[in-house]
Amino acid sequence: MININKIRNDFPILSKKINGHQLVYLDNAATTHKPRSVINSLVDFYENYNSNVHRGVHTLSMEATDQFEEARQKISSFINSETPQSIIWTRNASESLNIISYSWGYKNISEGDEILLSPMEHHSNLIPWQELARAKGAKIKYLSLNEDGTLDLSNIDELMTSNTKLVSIVHVSNALGTINPVKQLCDKAHEVGALFVLDGAQSVPHMLVDVQELDCDFFVFSGHKMMGPTGIGVLYGKMEILEKMDPVFTGGEMVLEVTYEKASWADIPMKFEAGTPNIADSIALGAAVDYLQNIGMGNIHDYEKTITSYGLQKFQELESEGVTLFGPKSSDLKGAVFSFHIPNIHPHDLGTILDGLGIAVRTGHHCAMPLIRSLGVSATARASFYVYNTLDEVDMLIEGIKSAIRYFSDGSN
Amino acid sequence: MNDFQELYQEIVMDHNRRPRNFGELENPTSFANGFNPLCGDEINVYLELVDDQIVDISFNGDGCAISKSSASMLTDGVKGKNVSDAIQIFESFRQMLTRKPGEDFSSEILGDLEILSGVSQFPARIKCATLAWHTFHTALTEKDKSVSTE
Repeated sequence: MININKIRNDFPILSKKINGHQLVYLDNAATTHKPRSVINSLVDFYENYNSNVHRGVHTLSMEATDQFEEARQKISSFINSETPQSIIWTRNASESLNIISYSWGYKNISEGDEILLSPMEHHSNLIPWQELARAKGAKIKYLSLNEDGTLDLSNIDELMTSNTKLVSIVHVSNALGTINPVKQLCDKAHEVGALFVLDGAQSVPHMLVDVQELDCDFFVFSGHKMMGPTGIGVLYGKMEILEKMDPVFTGGEMVLEVTYEKASWADIPMKFEAGTPNIADSIALGAAVDYLQNIGMGNIHDYEKTITSYGLQKFQELESEGVTLFGPKSSDLKGAVFSFHIPNIHPHDLGTILDGLGIAVRTGHHCAMPLIRSLGVSATARASFYVYNTLDEVDMLIEGIKSAIRYFSDGSN
Repeated sequence: MNDFQELYQEIVMDHNRRPRNFGELENPTSFANGFNPLCGDEINVYLELVDDQIVDISFNGDGCAISKSSASMLTDGVKGKNVSDAIQIFESFRQMLTRKPGEDFSSEILGDLEILSGVSQFPARIKCATLAWHTFHTALTEKDKSVSTE
């Protein structure tokens, strides 16, 4: 069970007033707030053991190294990777995907090969593959989408063939909330001999992810969407695949031996971590994992499912006002992300009006331009929830939308 | 009055509901397309210039209430004006929206357009209000070009 008041008290920013109203923060798919323990972890590092990691023989450096590697261990346990070595620190999911593309992709993708994506990919899981395909003469194919925003797998055998070398899919869509059947897709990809990349930016903050059980070859995510700091992300890869990959970045920290002519690489994961890493934020991401595990990922998922069900029910009330909610209509198929469109009210106007009521939502294309266009709109408004949000906040959102509709219809509120 | 009501005043809402000079001109002498990649707003401005005078002007496209009403008021504000007067209005309008807090602006040539002065307090929305104007300026000075707010 979730003690919502206790959780809310752990987040200093949630008591903030916005335009005279209590903040109702519904932009969690963009970034989440940080509990005091994560903020304190950053302060603790800089105040008490700030130092560079690895190779230092002095006390502070050893402490920093221990904490840094312990954070890697925490991430490894969190997603159940085979070994902490398979956890590579990056800046964010985008960087992780770019590393896969530039390292694995440029070496293994050739002319005529196919890369299979879904139509609901974030630009970060789209553009690196477009660039790779262009450079190598490979082809990108897309799965089909059902009306309700779920993937249509009826033609999967035509799309996934022996030509398919890589399948890269978002676990939970940031724009629609759709939870994709990734285990099924991963197994299918392996059947045809393709690698399977899973974008977990919107899943790992909200549900239990076990990379070994999924059997995905790569798993990527960003720290800041799971209560951690910005600027720290993770690339998980299966060890046997990482071992055959070359580093994208070279320089300090990632070498074994260097002469004036050449260099040899350090072991994984350091081979992929050139330069001084983001020590403080890695450690703080470890603190975020502690915080999440303390609540329990199962509890978080169950609680958010309640919010999703309630939100779906409340959005039905708005149907008579012409409001279109995109994405699946069942909490089994969707996370607590509500992307919607109101006739005659541009999402940016709605965003400004809601902000006047202290409610933060995102408006625009949510870094999924092709998907939003395919919905027949130029932009949507999106409310995305996290474990510190309440059912009352769903009501406030719905009331806010209703007052915007009233204001835009006759000028009263 | 809430902050947003200051932004969405009745005149703004009226221009949003019933935009003036909306549509394509039959015989435009100049045209420009404006795009705001941030929000997907797109606007076309059509001009009919005879000698130095804006004889007719219209716009169409898709945008938020701020961008649509700003475009609508723009067309009302510059129709019949000569090019140099129109450019002066453009400059004053831009100065009004991009001024720093507390900074004054000259409103005498702006007329109704002054109603949009509150937009300057919503930094995220300034580009919404200026999109039509930059597009208009391009149509006036460069002809048949595209303009982006980025």
